[in-house]
Amino acid sequence: MRLNGRFGRFGGCYVPEILVPALEQLEAAFLDAQDDPEFIAELNRLLANYAGRPTPLTRCRNLAGNIYLKREDLLHGGAHKTNQVLGQGLLAKRMEKTRLIAETGAGQHGVATAIVGALLGFETVIYMGAEDVERQKLNVFRMQLMGAEVVPVTSGGQTLKDAINEALRDWSASFPTTHYLLGTAAGPHPFPTMVREFQRVIGREARTQIIEQLARLPDAVIACVGGGSNAIGLFADFIDDPVRLIGVEAAGKGLDSDDHGATLLRGTPGILHGAETYVLQDSDGQVTDTWSVSAGLDYPAVGPEHAHLKDSGRAQYVGATDAEALFAFKALAEKEGIICAFESAHALAHALKLAAEEPEIAILVGLSGRGDKDVAQAQALLGAGLVDEIQAKALLA
Amino acid sequence: MSRYSAMFERLSGEGAFGAFLMLGDPDLESSAALLDAVIEGGADMIEVGIPFSDPVADGSVIQAAAQRALSAGVRVADCLELIASLRRRNSQVPIGILTYANIVLARPGFIRDSAEAGADSLLIADVPALEAQPFVREMEQAGIEPVLIAAANTPDETLKRIANLSKAYTYCVSRAGITGTHAAGQFDAELIDRVKQAGAPPPIFGFGISKPEHVRAALDSGAKGVICGSAIVNLVSRRQDVASFVQSLKAVTRNDSMAE
Ligand SMILES: Cc1ncc(COP(=O)(O)O)c(C=O)c1O
Repeated sequence: MRLNGRFGRFGGCYVPEILVPALEQLEAAFLDAQDDPEFIAELNRLLANYAGRPTPLTRCRNLAGNIYLKREDLLHGGAHKTNQVLGQGLLAKRMEKTRLIAETGAGQHGVATAIVGALLGFETVIYMGAEDVERQKLNVFRMQLMGAEVVPVTSGGQTLKDAINEALRDWSASFPTTHYLLGTAAGPHPFPTMVREFQRVIGREARTQIIEQLARLPDAVIACVGGGSNAIGLFADFIDDPVRLIGVEAAGKGLDSDDHGATLLRGTPGILHGAETYVLQDSDGQVTDTWSVSAGLDYPAVGPEHAHLKDSGRAQYVGATDAEALFAFKALAEKEGIICAFESAHALAHALKLAAEEPEIAILVGLSGRGDKDVAQAQALLGAGLVDEIQAKALLA
Repeated sequence: MSRYSAMFERLSGEGAFGAFLMLGDPDLESSAALLDAVIEGGADMIEVGIPFSDPVADGSVIQAAAQRALSAGVRVADCLELIASLRRRNSQVPIGILTYANIVLARPGFIRDSAEAGADSLLIADVPALEAQPFVREMEQAGIEPVLIAAANTPDETLKRIANLSKAYTYCVSRAGITGTHAAGQFDAELIDRVKQAGAPPPIFGFGISKPEHVRAALDSGAKGVICGSAIVNLVSRRQDVASFVQSLKAVTRNDSMAE
């Protein structure tokens, strides 16, 4: 490896020996491509003319405080995922791979991978937990419509982490022809670094845009953290600025319950899916099941750079519960006419709290995706009264 | 002399037969009996898995075995006790642990405890030579031998690193991919030659060994032995006799050395 792939004590490349050459090849291709003006130009053309960059920065008109939304929900594909699948897709071409594999939870990354598979002409196979296949039929059909094969994974808990396991297993036999298009800034080196660089465009644009609109930097930058890709992409260009960086994890049914996905807040250091990072696990090191209303935050590990940003104190990590996220989802729809992804609603939920505490500060929120995928679930949950009226009043006051 | 060295010396050219079992599969009591059964069948070395919830290097058979053990409530401490009791029953047979990094990390003193239980080697499936150094240092202090994996795509440079870091034996994977009987191995003599040339510990082939002809092919390639995993675990899952199966594959290692 040319880079050390560490973020403080975290990160690394914990994979079976057989995959090390594949990761070395990927690192080399990535580093060479970064120095290749033609690669950069082609990626930028796709980001602009195919995916719709730059995405707008929208100041909320009606929600309290000074909240600015970085609108990744308006990107082709409906989430920030498209930024990095285009990057990795071009790299896979560069490495002359003919097949893409990917994992997906709710199906967002699967859809994004299917998009790039169709666009750039790859055979595409998506591993998806059998339970998720059942729950996300529409996204399964979207992937199939774009020519991808969806393979239900029946091992383990049949959710995202099991889909990653299965993709890694496929890759350990198929790497000569196949690129594993990992969906977030987690996993073995070079994925965390590479995905951050492909997502950096979010923060780079947002920084310029907010300076244009506000004539200064924001006071706080907030993003939701599942594996950590939209958050690290938003944070990256603000790391050296005097701004608060806040990652919001899924607090599910509460941080003190067993049903959450708050890896950084409740996990302990461990090694999962190729990286040393925080992991939700029992005292034997068995990885535990997670819960979040948003499938994209329902993951028992987290990108190693976030683990480092937490331990170094440069970023702060907090939780938002299912109910808080759902409340924010509803508030954004009612007040601003934007239906966001449940994942993004976690970031917004914390922004609303912060705006209530410190009304004068400027808050930049990564609105990582649109909520079309979540409306059916929202209808059921809101009907069931998950959003508490008192809480609603407190937050909207 | 280490138990592995003693074993290779005793075998003097005859191929070593390693039998793999998942500890605690299907439950603790049966697991202890199965360890005895594979030794009775003639296994020269025992490889034991400590179950992990997310075994990325394993195919469906061994995944299911880990799941059975975990569902039966088997804990890491139980696995170490199974090893310790096997060691009390048998002072000679080399015992190697195969597990994953998170299991090693989660229990402070895992490596020392493994050594004290009487295990001779430790292979961590998701720790490649690139990341092995800190683990190896701890194993050396505890007196347990590190085992690393070599594959057809492992460059000579890495094999040199493996030679420097590991002891006991070199786990050579017979083909790309994961454990399982879904595909037979390639038993590439070139890999064995490269491992020997790099000065790495004795090469033993694993992955995809389920039939006598696989054992023969592996030994013909120059390997010093074989490890049979999924085929044995498959029998465990069907509650079939493992001793006679081990006996039938072990017999090949004797015939093979006589033919030479
Ligand atoms: C809209 C949206 N936001 C956020 C995430 C969480 O992923 P990450 O933490 O990698 O940004 C997902 C994952 O599916 C998503 O779909």
